[in-house]
Amino acid sequence: MSKSLKTGSQAKKPGNSVLRGGVASAFLTPATLFIFVFLFIPAGWTLYLGITDYKLTGLSAVNQKIIGLANFQKALHDPQFLNSLKVTIQFTLGSAIFGQAVLGFLLAWVLSTVSKRLRSAVELIVICAWMVPSSVVSFLWVAFLNGDNGTLNLLTGLHLQWLIKYPLQSIIIFNIWRGTAFSMLLFSAAIAAIPKSHLEVARIAGATKFQQLRQIILPTARPFILTNLLLITLWTFNDFGPYLITGGGPGGKSELLSIFVYNSALRYLDFGYGSAIATMMLGMNLVLSLIVVTLGRKQQKKK
Amino acid sequence: MSKTRTISEKSMSERVSTAIFIALVVSFFLLPLIWLLLAPFDSAPSYRLHLSNPGLDNFKEMAQNPYAYRSLINSIVFSAGTGLAIILVGAPASYVLSRVKFKGRDGFLYILLLFSSIVSGSAAMVPLFLLALKLNILDTYHGVILVLTGGLLPAAIFILKDFTDSLPKSYEESAQIFGASSFRILKDIVVPVIRPGLAVIFVWTFVQAWSNFLVPFIVIRDVNKQPGAVMMYSFYNEGGQAVIRTVAAFALLYTIPIIVMYYYVNKKYGFRFYGGIKG
Amino acid sequence: MSTVTIKKITKVFPGGVRALDSLDLTIKDGEFFALLGPSGCGKTTLLRTLGGLESPTDGQINIDKEDVTWKSPGARNIAMVFQDYALYPHMNVKENIAYPLKVRKFAKAEIEKRVSQAAKALSIETLLDRRPGQISGGQQQRVAVARAMACTPNLYLFDEPLSNLDARLRLEARTFLKQLQRELGVTTILVTHDQSEALALADRMAVMDKGQIKQVGSPAEFFHRPANTFVAAFIGSTPMNLLDGVVRKGVIEIRKTRYPVPSSIKKKVKEGQSVVFGLRPEYAAVSKAGSKSGFTGKVRVTENLGTHYLVTVDCDGLLVRGTVPDGNEPKIGATVSLKPDSGRVLIYDKNSGDLI
Repeated sequence: MSKSLKTGSQAKKPGNSVLRGGVASAFLTPATLFIFVFLFIPAGWTLYLGITDYKLTGLSAVNQKIIGLANFQKALHDPQFLNSLKVTIQFTLGSAIFGQAVLGFLLAWVLSTVSKRLRSAVELIVICAWMVPSSVVSFLWVAFLNGDNGTLNLLTGLHLQWLIKYPLQSIIIFNIWRGTAFSMLLFSAAIAAIPKSHLEVARIAGATKFQQLRQIILPTARPFILTNLLLITLWTFNDFGPYLITGGGPGGKSELLSIFVYNSALRYLDFGYGSAIATMMLGMNLVLSLIVVTLGRKQQKKK
Repeated sequence: MSKTRTISEKSMSERVSTAIFIALVVSFFLLPLIWLLLAPFDSAPSYRLHLSNPGLDNFKEMAQNPYAYRSLINSIVFSAGTGLAIILVGAPASYVLSRVKFKGRDGFLYILLLFSSIVSGSAAMVPLFLLALKLNILDTYHGVILVLTGGLLPAAIFILKDFTDSLPKSYEESAQIFGASSFRILKDIVVPVIRPGLAVIFVWTFVQAWSNFLVPFIVIRDVNKQPGAVMMYSFYNEGGQAVIRTVAAFALLYTIPIIVMYYYVNKKYGFRFYGGIKG
Repeated sequence: MSTVTIKKITKVFPGGVRALDSLDLTIKDGEFFALLGPSGCGKTTLLRTLGGLESPTDGQINIDKEDVTWKSPGARNIAMVFQDYALYPHMNVKENIAYPLKVRKFAKAEIEKRVSQAAKALSIETLLDRRPGQISGGQQQRVAVARAMACTPNLYLFDEPLSNLDARLRLEARTFLKQLQRELGVTTILVTHDQSEALALADRMAVMDKGQIKQVGSPAEFFHRPANTFVAAFIGSTPMNLLDGVVRKGVIEIRKTRYPVPSSIKKKVKEGQSVVFGLRPEYAAVSKAGSKSGFTGKVRVTENLGTHYLVTVDCDGLLVRGTVPDGNEPKIGATVSLKPDSGRVLIYDKNSGDLI
C-alpha cells in the first residue's frame, strides 16, 4: 500500500526522512516555546532592568527611567561589588577548578580500580552529598561547623568559630563537598570509555599507575575534562547555596556575586542595580566559557 | 587444594594509598550527614552529634504544624511534574538536535545555558513574578512547574543530547524501511533505547526542583501549596533562630524521598550523566 | 517480479561532494547483484538512494515499471540489512523479527507463522527468546536477515552484511547467503568492498569509483577481462601485474623486456603509445632462468598460497609477480623467468586506462 507518493518538486526531505518537514518542527516547538516564554522573556527583562533605575520602593518603583550604563559604572566603583567579584573568583577557582574537578577525577580514577561493590557504596555516599536538598545541607554544615559543639570541633579538639574566622574557606570546602558528585560521574564515564587494551599495553610496558594516568587516561579524557570544567565553573560561579550558611558575612568576606545580587535586590530593594550586576555576571560567564573553549581548541590543534 | 596465585594489578603501596584515600574521602562526605541521622531522634537535639532517649517526639511536634506533611506532597507534585515536563519537551527536542545537523549546535546550547543562569538568580525575581502574573499562573501548581521547566530545559537538553547522539542511525532507518511512521519510531525504538538517559534527566530535574526555593517562593501565595523547600523556613522562630527539634525532624523527612527515588532509578537504569547506549 | 532500473541518478551532497554521477544501471529480476568499490566510491550512497534513505539530486529510479524515486522507504516494499544489523536491543529476537510485520499491521496468526518460517530458514529457532546482546555476531546477522525476510519484500538491500563477521564465519555465511537467495529468488543488491565476496556471490556486479560505474558484468568477465586499469587492480585476490610500457615497432617495451604486441590489437595501437601491460600472477609461470620470452629477474619474496607459491621477482627494478606449483618454489635471490600465458595478456591504454 503506497502511502506518500510525492512528486519531485514537493519532496525536499532532509537526509534522514524520519524528520521530514512537519515532524521536526513538531518536536522542537514545545521546547522553543518554553525557552522563549520562560527563559528569554524573563532573562531579557532582567537585562533590561539593568539599564533602569528600578527600585521596589519610592518613586523609581512607579516611574522607572532608563539610565543607560549608570548602574554598571556605579558597580565598577562600588567597593562592595569589587569585593564580591574577588570573593567569587576565589570561590570558583578553589571550589570548581581545584576542588570538584580534581577530587572528582581522582575519585573516578581510584574507584575504577576497586571492586564493584565498594565502588557503588562510595559513589552513593558522594551522590548523597549532592542530592540532599540545599536547605537541609546548609543546616547540616552549620551544625558541622558550629563553634560550640559542632562535629568538626569535636573531631579536631579545636574550639574555633569556623564560619566566623574562615568563612570563605568554609564555603569553598562546602561547595566541593556538594558538587564533586557530578565531576566524579562524568569522569567515570570518560574513563570507562577508554579501551582496556590501551591500559594493558602500558601495564605490559611496565608503567606505574601514575604513568598510565598521565600518558593515557588524561589525554583521552581531555574533551570530557573540558566539558566538565565549563559546566561546573558556570554552576559554581552562579551558585547561591552558601548564602544559607554564612549569609555572605561576616562583613562581606563570603559575599559571592550571587549573594550580592540578592542583597541589592531584596535587602536594598534596588532591582535595577541588582539586574545590572546579574548582567555583568552573564558577561563574565560568557568570557569564562570562551576561555575554556579556546583552551580546549588549542589543545586539540596541538595534536 | 592450594591457594591459586594471581598477578595483582596493584602493588602493595598502591593498595595502601588507595585504601587511605578512600577512607579519607568517605569520612569527608559522611561526617556532615551523620547529624541528620541522629538529631531527629534525639530528645534534646542541638548542633552536637548526640543521641539520648531516642524517640519520635520531634516528629510528633513537627506534625503539629498543619502544613508540614502537606508540603512534602507539594514537593513531590512540583518535582515529579517538572521531571515529566522536561522529558516530554526535552527528549523530542534533543532528538531533533542530534539528527538535524547544524554547525553551531553546541555553541547555541551554551548560550541557552548562560541565559538559564540569569533566570535562576535573585535578579530575575521581579520579571518572573510579573510574567507569572501576566500569564495568570500565579499561585498554581502548573505555574511553578512551567517556570521550573523553562529554567532547567537548556541543561537537560545539553545532557540528553549525548544520549541521543549515540543512538545509531541505522535503528531508525531500518524501521523507516519497514514502513514505521515518525511517531512510531520514536515510541518503539528511540525512547526505549535512550531510557537510561531519560531516567538520569528525570532524577537530575527532580533533585533540582526539590531543592528549589526561589520559584515557589515567588509564585506561590497559598500556604497549602508550599513545597518543603519553603516550608523548611517556617520552623524558624520569630527571632530568626531555628527550632532545632522540628527542623531536624522535617529535614530528615524532606530528604528521604530523594534518596529513595535515586536508589530505585539507579537500580533499574543505572545513573550516569554521560555516555551512551552499549551495543 | 522486480527489475530495478536506475536512470541518470545523480547525488550531490551539500558542500559539493558528488557522490553519484549520472549513473545508469539495470538490475534484472531475481538477480544477485553486487556493488563493489573502495570506500567513498558511492556504492553505499547508491544503495541508500535505492532504499529511499537518501533523495537523489537528479534522475529516476524504477522498480518494475513504477517510478519510486520519491516514494517513502516504507512504501517501496523492500527490506534492508545494515552493516551493524540494527537489531533493537530492548526487544528479543522474536519481537525483532516480528517488528516489520507489526508495523505493516499483519494479523497476529500470520505474524506467528512468518516469524517461525523465517527463523526456521535461518536455523535460529532456539534463539527466539534471547536478546540481541546475548547472541553471537553470526547469529545476530542471521536474525537481521530473518527480519528482512519475514515481510517478503520485492527487493533486498544488503549493506556490507558480512564485514563484521570473523574470517571463517564470513565464508560460511557467504555460502549460506548465496543458497538462500537462490531459494527465495528475490532480486538482491549487495554492497561490499571485498572483491572476493562480490565475485563469489553475484550473478552480475558493478565496480564503482568516485561516483561513477567503471564496469558492469558477470564475475567471470571481471576476472578475465577487466575493462580498465582501475577494475583490473581492484579485482583478484592476488594483485594483477600492471606494468608501464611503450609500443615501438610492433613490440611493447617494458624496461628491458620485449613483448610482442598481440595480433588482435595490432591495428588499434600507435607507434610510441604508452600502454599498461596487464597479467594475472596466476598466468605468469615461474621457471628457471633461460626462456627467451617473458621477464627475467631475481626472486625477492615467496608467499605460500597452499597449492601454489606467489613469487615476486625484481625485473630491472620492476616488481613482477608470478606463480609456481607447490614443490618447485625457487630460493630467494635466485634468477628466474616468468613466462606469460599469451591468451591472458591484457593491454590497456596508459592515459585513458581502458582496455585496448
